[in-house]
Amino acid sequence: MKLPIYLDYSATTPMDPRVAEKMAQCLTLEGNFGNPASRSHLFGWKAEEAVELARRQVADLVNCDPREIVWTSGATESDNLAIKGAAHFYSKKGKHIITSKIEHKAVLDTCRQLEREGFEVTYLDPLPNGVVTPDSVKEALREDTILVSIMQVNNEIGVINDIEAIGEITRANKVLFHVDAAQSAGKINIDLDRLKVDLMSFSAHKLYGPKGIGALYVRRKPRVRLEAQMHGGGHERGMRSGTLATHQIVGMGEACAIAKAEMHQENRRLMALRQRLWDGVSDLEQVFCNGDFDQRVAGNINISFNFVEGESLLMALKDLAVSSGSACTSASLEPSYVLRALGMNDEMAHSSIRFSIGRFTTEEEIDFAIEKIRTAVNKLRELSPLWDMYKDGVDLDKVEWVSH
Amino acid sequence: MAYSEEVLDHYENPRNVGKMDDKDSHVGTGMVGAPACGDVMRLQIKVSDDGVIEDAKFKTYGCGSAIASSSLVTEWVKGMTLDQAAELKNTQISEELALPPVKIHCSVLAEDAIKAAVADYRTKNS
Repeated sequence: MKLPIYLDYSATTPMDPRVAEKMAQCLTLEGNFGNPASRSHLFGWKAEEAVELARRQVADLVNCDPREIVWTSGATESDNLAIKGAAHFYSKKGKHIITSKIEHKAVLDTCRQLEREGFEVTYLDPLPNGVVTPDSVKEALREDTILVSIMQVNNEIGVINDIEAIGEITRANKVLFHVDAAQSAGKINIDLDRLKVDLMSFSAHKLYGPKGIGALYVRRKPRVRLEAQMHGGGHERGMRSGTLATHQIVGMGEACAIAKAEMHQENRRLMALRQRLWDGVSDLEQVFCNGDFDQRVAGNINISFNFVEGESLLMALKDLAVSSGSACTSASLEPSYVLRALGMNDEMAHSSIRFSIGRFTTEEEIDFAIEKIRTAVNKLRELSPLWDMYKDGVDLDKVEWVSH
Repeated sequence: MAYSEEVLDHYENPRNVGKMDDKDSHVGTGMVGAPACGDVMRLQIKVSDDGVIEDAKFKTYGCGSAIASSSLVTEWVKGMTLDQAAELKNTQISEELALPPVKIHCSVLAEDAIKAAVADYRTKNS
């Protein structure tokens, strides 16, 4: 077993060796290095063929037409293109956008930018279990709403939203629906033929593909129009100019093909590992799972260890690569906005750790992690005055703290 | 973030962890910070009849730097008079532990904690 153990698959995944091998074939003179846009020679044609095969592989994973897939540099760019592109194109129809408070920053900051440009944005509250309900979307709809953007799976708590039901509402009201699927593609079934989703963002590096490549699904029927954010050679039907990165695209395609073939088997394995981890730590007192326990992707569990501060816990867990639910390590010292949006108090948010497991996680690693977590939590609780007070029956909410 | 060796040492082997009876008239207790801010320090001193700190204990909820700052202070104040302890400066703590700017508040909190403990003892015994 190699230390530290990687339990941060929601941040990024290592590439599957099968993907790396395909990519390596698209780099050098001997390989498929041509520009897919070159029409006048074999090098270009071969590269184009590889790109189009990959496009089909991505489309097959989510059951759409390959012509609905636009290559981008990643989910952040896909979110930007979808939201700004649709908002700008349809701004004459209306200037109201609906999203949720627990979206990824790529969506939230894009919405903020649109607010500066004169759009109005409604930020929906999730339920305490992390679900953004279809009803809350319905209630927020207005005459001038042009776009709804809701993620399928949250990156911090792994909770799955019912995008099928939200799509029914948006379609019935002739409002576009964008879904950030960076954390869901390859993890749960996505059937775009059935779902009434108009735009969907994907990232390769969350599903064992390379960083620096993603895709945006843009529905053809009913047709969705976007204003390009990147101008140039008119690639990707004018929606996203820039020479296509054959090796990256081939990598994403291969990663999607593997995900499609292995997802169900892999999910069963991950579910068992996650349960093993939870069973191994949940008998410690005052340990809570953040977000709905059942309605979540197999690889994620976000846990609060009450009365233990997250950053010191991370320090004690230096043999585990995990991330803190609180962004304490950044200069802001602010607890996670996602956990706060669930209504969690700051100290609980400060005590949260996200464990995300994946394709290469082993049972042995989980058992090691459990041991480390138990030791660390017990040690830090011994050090914690809050734990003392809790044990003495003091209600911490009633204490007058000297804030700083 | 990389931690200094001094912080790691105090974090791995915290000195003087514990709790004293805060009703004891020889004990002064300082509790500062708030759970919502991610740091709470409880620092206690036991003072002899001639005004010298004989023992010190702490418990801290907070990051590694907060734990190290309070651990260090308990080491330092033992043997000090109340006046000496009350004059401890956060800059001494942050220098000793090589705290980065984002963690300076931990040393400030430790200074506040010892000041609060001294003040508590004085109030009790005035």
